[in-house]
Amino acid sequence: MDFSFSEEQQLLKDSLQRYLEREYSFEARRKRIKAGTGLSAEVWRALADMGVLGLPFAAEYGGFAGSGVDSMLVMEAFGRSLVVEPYLATVLLCGGLIDQAGSSTQKAYWLPRIAAGNAIMAFAHGETDARHDWCYVSTRAERKGSGFVLRGRKAVVLHGGQAQHLLVSARSEGEPSSATGVSLFIVDAGSAGVQRRDYATIDGLRAAEIDFANVEIDATALVGEYAGAASTIDSVLDRANAALCAEALGALGALYDLTLAYLKTRQQFGVPIGTFQVLQHRMVDVLIHLEQARSLAYHAAFYAHASDTALRRRAVSAAKVQVGDAARFISQQAIQLHGGIGMTEELSVGHYVKRLTMINATFGNIDTHLERFAALA
Amino acid sequence: MDFAFTLEEAAFREEVRAFVRSHLPVDISRKVNEHKHLDKDDFVRWQKILYRKGWMAPGWPVKFGGTGWTPVQRYLFEEECAVAGAPSVISFGVNMVGPVIIAFGTPAQQQHFLPRILSSEDWWCQGYSEPGSGSDLASLRTRAVRDGDHYIVNGQKTWTTLAQHADMIFCLVRTSSEGKRQEGISFLLIDMRTPGVSVRPIITLDGAHEVNEVWFDDARVPIGNLVGEEGKGWTYAKFLLSHERSGIAQVARWKRELAFLKRMAGEIQSGGKPLMADALFSAKVTRVEIELLALEITDLRVLASDREGRAPGPEASILKIKGTELQQAITELMMEAVGPYALPFLPEALHADWDGTPVGPAFAAPLAARYFNYRKTSIYGGSNEIQRNIIAQRILGL
Ligand SMILES: Cc1cc2nc3c(=O)[nH]c(=O)nc-3n(C[C@H](O)[C@H](O)[C@H](O)COP(=O)(O)OP(=O)(O)OC[C@H]3O[C@@H](n4cnc5c(N)ncnc54)[C@H](O)[C@@H]3O)c2cc1C
Repeated sequence: MDFSFSEEQQLLKDSLQRYLEREYSFEARRKRIKAGTGLSAEVWRALADMGVLGLPFAAEYGGFAGSGVDSMLVMEAFGRSLVVEPYLATVLLCGGLIDQAGSSTQKAYWLPRIAAGNAIMAFAHGETDARHDWCYVSTRAERKGSGFVLRGRKAVVLHGGQAQHLLVSARSEGEPSSATGVSLFIVDAGSAGVQRRDYATIDGLRAAEIDFANVEIDATALVGEYAGAASTIDSVLDRANAALCAEALGALGALYDLTLAYLKTRQQFGVPIGTFQVLQHRMVDVLIHLEQARSLAYHAAFYAHASDTALRRRAVSAAKVQVGDAARFISQQAIQLHGGIGMTEELSVGHYVKRLTMINATFGNIDTHLERFAALA
Repeated sequence: MDFAFTLEEAAFREEVRAFVRSHLPVDISRKVNEHKHLDKDDFVRWQKILYRKGWMAPGWPVKFGGTGWTPVQRYLFEEECAVAGAPSVISFGVNMVGPVIIAFGTPAQQQHFLPRILSSEDWWCQGYSEPGSGSDLASLRTRAVRDGDHYIVNGQKTWTTLAQHADMIFCLVRTSSEGKRQEGISFLLIDMRTPGVSVRPIITLDGAHEVNEVWFDDARVPIGNLVGEEGKGWTYAKFLLSHERSGIAQVARWKRELAFLKRMAGEIQSGGKPLMADALFSAKVTRVEIELLALEITDLRVLASDREGRAPGPEASILKIKGTELQQAITELMMEAVGPYALPFLPEALHADWDGTPVGPAFAAPLAARYFNYRKTSIYGGSNEIQRNIIAQRILGL
């Protein structure tokens, strides 16, 4: 057993961190969010140049065959800088789906484009009545001629408004909550019948509600097996969740540093507030939460690519619960220990808290993963 | 012991209910129930309705315009207002500075300020905290120096809630730096239109403008606006703080919110099933409901021991801690209930005159912002850590 990072991993981590510290300061991020574009071209280009956009893909597709741990290092750095670019949507979700289920033609077409920064994509999967149940798909796909017709509505699609292409899950068989009968399709976001409503999310990202009103697509749009996408979706969402846990870790580390520094500098009653024992113990609990979360985030990153699906699912759901609990506790305490100033828009604390809270509402909340873990045990 | 209301109490409840039902403007109660933004005018309109009925200041002595109600009647009144979706009465005037002026003000101050509080002519705000003086309030530095018939005030207050609406601010100012820190503090009433007073907004993490910085730059305040004695401000401030803490629990209002949460959870589908059928979620809601019931009775027990209208003692800290914890739990469960619909951020949807189409269920838009906003409750009014210190010292004797 070995918990250290390889030389390449250390290099990736350091260079990405240096880049973000330089180009993705809190102020720069604020401006980017205000611009409302959901993507900054120069950052995207730099990430492509660093090899980050192709990291998970095979070398033949312009990638580096990166592991779950490699993705974790990227996402942890993103979490610390609160990056709002469509990395999860484009690279990990859509790139992941195509990589796992696509034909060799589809992979050869899409993956190099993603790696080079020339394709922005979003995964249109969630639905209003699904809440956190990711098997629930009521959007329909009917066969028409040699192609298909899509009908339905997708909810809170991360970066759905910025994507040029959408990966859409749609059902051709069974009840909406049935685990099987779902297919994946690549749809040009400009197709007739696709209507998008783009909006800001409270944590500075963008998302969209997307309507598919009899959208006609041809047979080549199908990704993977017809009506057989369930296990691909499950696997890609597990990887995405492991990545979200890593992102959370970056944000939690930042909150820990900021809060600890504040306890040492803020004076009340003539002494630093960190001299009050109740706050010392609170901060110790913050540290314990952080370390416990780190352990399971590493564990999930390591097993996110495991071929043993039960092992993968357990590792990911365990991390979502542990990291989720840490995100709640540390977020709430970071604000509390900062007092009034912790409530302000001006300070970064609140922005970390907002992102962490929304990570807990993405791809299953604590309860969903608690139940999933229990069912697998 | 008897938990049932008497016939008179039940009749009183009916009277309040009938009045609120026929007088509370529907546009206002809609905003309250749907968690929309309330304008200054919404608060003032409702307060003026209460004023005309003589119900604006249930806690004041009758001779100053109070109602003479028993604690149980006051509780029933609060509950009926809350259930109907009335806005909370803004505390700063009627529940904070009012009782201080009644207890320590001169007859001239009482005659001038109290009627204006009752009629909502003056909107008050609270100028205690400063950037360097939050929990350690006694370290405050805003100075008031005597110059003939005036105090010249210089310094900065912060976190001043709704100062942007205010006509008057009650301030703790330093009139002496000799001796014990507490003994150099005085309680001063300042007109917000005084030259040298300026207000700068502070935006909170939920995007709201609720708090402000208030700056004093050679502001001249008539000495007639000093409450009580110079150097005794700390005593009055503590008197006021215990009023603030007991008002903070707002059990009746949170019973309404809990009912809203349960209705929402009955409507929301989670994987095609009602969320309320989810065992984990429903257990969390139920726990909060039981805790809230306990707090309601604890609140009533504290009220009942307070028949002479004395300011509540350190037990008010129990109400503050538990009340704010439950408020935070309820706002968190509401956000959790809507799942991924916590994410969309549409500040425009919080205004009642917005006629756009909501993203997801209409009730979802304010919920995440409200969860973030309510983190304030365990910080303000004396943080919950400070409340625990008070209980440890004054109840436990530690
Ligand atoms: C939304 C909002 C509205 C407000 N409205 C008003 C208003 O209208 N008027 C007004 O005057 N003020 C207002 N306040 C200010 C509020 O009263 C202060 O924020 C509060 O007293 C805490 O002070 P602080 O923010 O300086 O935090 P600090 O006092 O710096 O506290 C930081 C942390 O240290 C802890 N701490 C401090 N001392 C101790 C101790 N001895 N033992 C253990 N823990 C300790 C605190 O609990 C907190 O967790 C408002 C605050 C907020 C957030």
